[in-house]
Amino acid sequence: MNSLYYQKRLSRNIGDKFFTSLSVICALIAILPLIFLVTYILIKGGSQITPELFTLEPNPPGDDLDAGGINPALVGTLIITTIASIIAIPVGVGGGIYLAEYSKGGAFSRFIRFGVNVLAGVPSIIAGVFIYALIVSTKILFGSMYSGLAGGMALSILMLPTVIKTTDEGLKLVPNELRYASLGIGASMYTTILKVTLPSAFRSIATGVVLGIARAAGETAPLIFTALFSYYYIIGFGDLFYEMGSLAVLIYNFALEPYDAQNKLAWAASFILVLSILSVNIFSRILAAFTEKTKRV
Amino acid sequence: MIKTNKNTPKNIILSLENVSISYGTFEAVRNVFCNFKKGNITSLIGPSGCGKSTVLRSLNRMNDLIPNCSLKGTVLFDGTNIYDKRVDPVEVRRRIGMVFQQPNPFPKSIYENIAFGARINGFTGDMDELVESSLRKAALWDECKDKLNDSGYSLSGGQQQRLCIARTIAIEPEIILMDEPCSALDPISTLKIEETMHELKKNYTIIIVTHNMQQALRVSDMTAFFNAIEYEDGDGGKVGYLAEFNSTKKIFNSPKEKITQEYISGKFG
Repeated sequence: MNSLYYQKRLSRNIGDKFFTSLSVICALIAILPLIFLVTYILIKGGSQITPELFTLEPNPPGDDLDAGGINPALVGTLIITTIASIIAIPVGVGGGIYLAEYSKGGAFSRFIRFGVNVLAGVPSIIAGVFIYALIVSTKILFGSMYSGLAGGMALSILMLPTVIKTTDEGLKLVPNELRYASLGIGASMYTTILKVTLPSAFRSIATGVVLGIARAAGETAPLIFTALFSYYYIIGFGDLFYEMGSLAVLIYNFALEPYDAQNKLAWAASFILVLSILSVNIFSRILAAFTEKTKRV
Repeated sequence: MIKTNKNTPKNIILSLENVSISYGTFEAVRNVFCNFKKGNITSLIGPSGCGKSTVLRSLNRMNDLIPNCSLKGTVLFDGTNIYDKRVDPVEVRRRIGMVFQQPNPFPKSIYENIAFGARINGFTGDMDELVESSLRKAALWDECKDKLNDSGYSLSGGQQQRLCIARTIAIEPEIILMDEPCSALDPISTLKIEETMHELKKNYTIIIVTHNMQQALRVSDMTAFFNAIEYEDGDGGKVGYLAEFNSTKKIFNSPKEKITQEYISGKFG
């Protein structure tokens, strides 16, 4: 008769211990790159942060003494991401609503779901080349070629799948009872979605949107083909139609320069980029927590 | 050929004429004829899978929300076949409200839970008054008058169900459908809901699906007993049908059908 007490030497218990520790080690290895990357950038870039960084234009490479600041790139990233959001959020949320609420699982919705998955897997550089061919080389936007607007469009292509998918999945998580409740007292489909289902799914949709923004803000490849780069301050609405700098492209350009000052500027920009993407993520968490609270009032 | 009877007696508010409902190729209920009287509480009873909930949901077109669900026959409400192509299901649901098995308040305040339905139905009167009167009719006012701004979720299960009833009352429907409203509740909450139903009877017609025969006996004037059998032309699955429909007293004391007798005495079900 086997004893009921736990026996260390039993092969199943040894195997169990082994696999538990193996998975813990794998989990640790998985998180290591993030820790190293963030600390490295914080150390390398953090030391370069000065008030002038945020206000000055970058100097053209060659002037080794002072590289200037990243103001145009910072503002450019904000503008380009905003343009991308303005395009991708309404279209994406609308498409997600169609998939989750209106479609009945027919051929059309299956085709859209499949298409969205394919779009999510399209390499970002292809999105850039596509907009280059469609907008930049044809000068279709009032004769302008490389522009912040084109950059925003390229990024919106990358945001779109994330927004559609999270809206679709977020809405599917809303219990059907809630829809029935609303429809059962004579609410139309439109009122039900707008007043009941969408608010209930707000948290997951907002998270998806923020993730999409965070992904888009860090993209370089599509911007090289569309927004290109600019050294100059963005001063007016008209600048949307000209080359526009962005943090990602600034890092790409300046990290490859042989000059130390430019390299340092690239590190500083990396620091700002990582920090802002991190804070956007944290912001989404706070937003989610806040909406949770108001729900319970 | 189905005849639509435009001259239904005045006290008949809703009538099913030769209604069959299918989910895809599976037939759930077949050839139901049934008249619901105005101001009555009618209960639908029967074993699981006999299609009583399906029938109930068909009365305000909630079945539209289930993919592949189709209905043959006529459901006459107010002289109109609600399955006519020209009928707007939203309008039907405004006049025939529904309370569900699981309490399902909106994730909003108690006040908003009631105001929501009224507002989308274009209510322009005194909202505070409507909220109070609806809660009073659902026998919930005394318990929650001091916390109208609390979330609907802060209430107990029974209170939530009464909130859902109040929410339905607030849109002033003519008929209230209840799909096993007490199956998720404890006996005390059940009793309160039943008291509420007796109060509501004065102004509304109620049709209730229940698994609890004692409840049917306690609350209803009329009882429809549904059963399911295998048809020869079917694919082997059981198909529901209306076995007997009569006053509750007769169903429980002297049923005409043997199968009804067996069901109410607990021989199967």
